Amino acid sequence: MQEQSAAAPDPHPGADPDPGSDGVGARAGAGAAVISTRALTKRYRGGQLAVDGLDLTVPAGSVFGFLGPNGSGKTTTIRMLMGLIEPTSGTAEVLGRPMPRSARTVLPEVGALIEGPALYGFFSGRDNLLRYDAADPTADPRTRHARVGAALDRVGLTAAAGKKAKAYSLGMKQRLGLAAALLRPRRLLVLDEPTNGLDPQGMREIRTLVRALASDGTTVFLSSHLLDEIEQVCTHAAVMARGRLITQGPVAELATGARGRLVVTTPDPADAARVLKEQGVGDVVVTEDRVTGEPPDRDLAELNAALVTAGVRVRGFGVERASLEDAFLALTGEGFDVAG
Amino acid sequence: MSRAEHRDTADGGAAAAVAAVPRAVGAGGAPSRLWTSGLFRSELLTTFRRWRTLALLAVLAAVPVLVGIAVRIETGDGSSAGGGPGGGGGGGEGPAFIAQITNNGLFLVFTALAVTLPFFLPMAVGVVAGDAIAGEANGGTLRYLLVAPAGRTRLLLTKYATVMTFCLVATLVVAASALAVGALLFPLGEVTTISGTRIGFGEGLLRALLIALAVAASLLGIAALGLFVSTLTNSGIAAMATTVGLLITVQILDQIPQLDALHPYFFSHYWLSFADLMREPVYWDDLQRNLGLQALYAAVFGSAAWARFTSRDITA
Repeated sequence: MQEQSAAAPDPHPGADPDPGSDGVGARAGAGAAVISTRALTKRYRGGQLAVDGLDLTVPAGSVFGFLGPNGSGKTTTIRMLMGLIEPTSGTAEVLGRPMPRSARTVLPEVGALIEGPALYGFFSGRDNLLRYDAADPTADPRTRHARVGAALDRVGLTAAAGKKAKAYSLGMKQRLGLAAALLRPRRLLVLDEPTNGLDPQGMREIRTLVRALASDGTTVFLSSHLLDEIEQVCTHAAVMARGRLITQGPVAELATGARGRLVVTTPDPADAARVLKEQGVGDVVVTEDRVTGEPPDRDLAELNAALVTAGVRVRGFGVERASLEDAFLALTGEGFDVAG
Repeated sequence: MSRAEHRDTADGGAAAAVAAVPRAVGAGGAPSRLWTSGLFRSELLTTFRRWRTLALLAVLAAVPVLVGIAVRIETGDGSSAGGGPGGGGGGGEGPAFIAQITNNGLFLVFTALAVTLPFFLPMAVGVVAGDAIAGEANGGTLRYLLVAPAGRTRLLLTKYATVMTFCLVATLVVAASALAVGALLFPLGEVTTISGTRIGFGEGLLRALLIALAVAASLLGIAALGLFVSTLTNSGIAAMATTVGLLITVQILDQIPQLDALHPYFFSHYWLSFADLMREPVYWDDLQRNLGLQALYAAVFGSAAWARFTSRDITA
C-alpha cells in the first residue's frame, strides 16, 4: 500500500490527502514546485546559524544550480530536504510533501548524491548498489539485478562492477554514487558537487548525463561551487552565502542582473573613447585596442554609426554578456572562493 | 514520464507478488513486515562478509581448540583435570565442567561456553553491536541508507535483528567447534549431570543445544546496550570501545560484595545460570531471571536507541 502511494508519479501534488500539507494554493500558483521551502532555518547546537530563513523554489523540470562557497549552508539545506536533519524552524516541501515527515513516500522518487559517495570498501561496486537498493522498501527485488546493471552501464562502470570498491579511484567512486542515485526512475535528482574528483573528461560525461536526465523530465538539483559548471548545464540557479539566499531565478536573468558591457575593438581607442563618452556611455575604460563601457538605454546601432561617422575604424562592436561570476560578484561584493 | 509510470506499475505488482510469497526471515525478533527481509538479508551479508566479523568468529572457534588441547596434554598421564567430579560451579579449580571433559568430549561444549561467556562472546557482540550504526555513520553509508529510504525505525530493527543473529551464530560457532574438538580428542557417551544422574548422549546433545541457546540469549542485553551506544556517536571505534568498556566495568562491579544490592541488575549477573540446565531436574529460577533481565535490558536500551536514532540529526 505504501508502495503504490510512493510509486505513483503524482501530477497533482495538491491532491495529497496528507492533513499536514498546507500551502496547496501556493503550490498550484507556482506551477508544480518540486522543492519549496519557507523560512527554512537550521541552528546547530553550538548556536551556529547554518541556514537562515531560506525561501527556495525549484520549478519542475528545471536543472537547478545551487551555488555558494564552501560553508555557505548548501549541504545543510540538502540534508534538511532529504530528511536527514530536522529544521530548527520553517518548512520544506519536496515533491509537494512536507519533509522530513513524508520521507518514506518522497524519497523513493528522489535520487541523491550527498557530500560525495560513501561505499562499503569490502563490497564490489555491484554489491554496493544491491545493498542500497535493498534498503529501499519500495524497490522491486525481482528487477534488482537488472536495474543495478542498467545503472552501472549508465555511468560507465560495467567493466569495473566486480572490483572491490576500495580499489576504486575517486572518480569511479563518484560514478558509483551517481549510479546509486539512478537505481530507479526518479522525479528528482539531488546532486551535491557531482563532478568533484572527476577529470575533465569525466566532468563532461556527468554534464551530458545530467542533460540527458533532464530531457527525460527529471528535475535536477545540482549544488556546486563551480560557476562555469552551473552556467553550462543549469536552467535556473540560486546563490547562497553565509546561510542566506542571495538570489534565485533563471540563469539568463541572473546573469543579466549584472548588466553586460559594451565592447568596441578598434585601432583608434582614444577617438573611440571620446565619441562613446559624447554618446552617453558611462564608465569608459580603454585597454590597448579595447574600449569598454556601460551601454546606454538606446539602440546600439546608432552608437556604431556615430563611431564610423567620426572616422573611428571599428574592428569589433558588441555587448559582452555578463557571466554568472560577474553576477555573483555584483551580488555579494566578494570573491567566490570564500570559506565559511 | 511514460517509462516511469510503466516501471512503477511493475513495482506495484511485484510488491503484491512478494507479499504473496513470504520469505523466511532468519532470526527471531525480525519485524513481521515482509519488505524488511530484503534489508535484513543485505544486513546479514554486510555483517558476515566483513573481515572483522570473520576474525572474531575465528577467535571464538579457536578457544575450544585451545581448551581441548590443554586438557588433553594435562591429562595425558591418565589423571583427570580440575580435580573433583562435577565442578559445575567453577570454583577455584578451573572453568565449569572441565573435570568431566576427559570422560566425555561433550563436556567441552559446556566448558568452552563457560570460558567464552564472561568475556570473548560479549566482547565480540559488543564490537558488532557498537559498530552497527556508528560504523555506517563513520563510513557515510548511513546517509545513503536513510535516503534510500531505509526508514530509521526499520533500519534500527534490522540492525538489532542482525546483532541478535550474530549472538546466536557466535555461540553456535563456539559450541560446534567444541563439539568437534571434543569428539576428536575424547570419548563420547552417556552424560553425568550435576545432580549425579546419568542421561543418554542424545539427551546430552539436546541439553548442549539448550545451553547454547541460553548463552545466546544471555548476550541480548549487551547487544541492546551496544546498539544504543552506537546511536550516540559517529565513530565506530568509539562505540565499540565504550561497549566493551561497559562490559568490563560491569563484570568488575559484579565482583564487589559491597554492591550486593545492585548485582541482580547487572546484565552479566545470571550469565552462568546456564549450568542449571545440566541439573536433573533442571533448576529454572536463575535461568528465568537471566532471560527476564536480558529482556529488560533489550526493552530499556532498545527504546533509548530508538528515541535517540529517530530524532537525531544525521550530519555524518
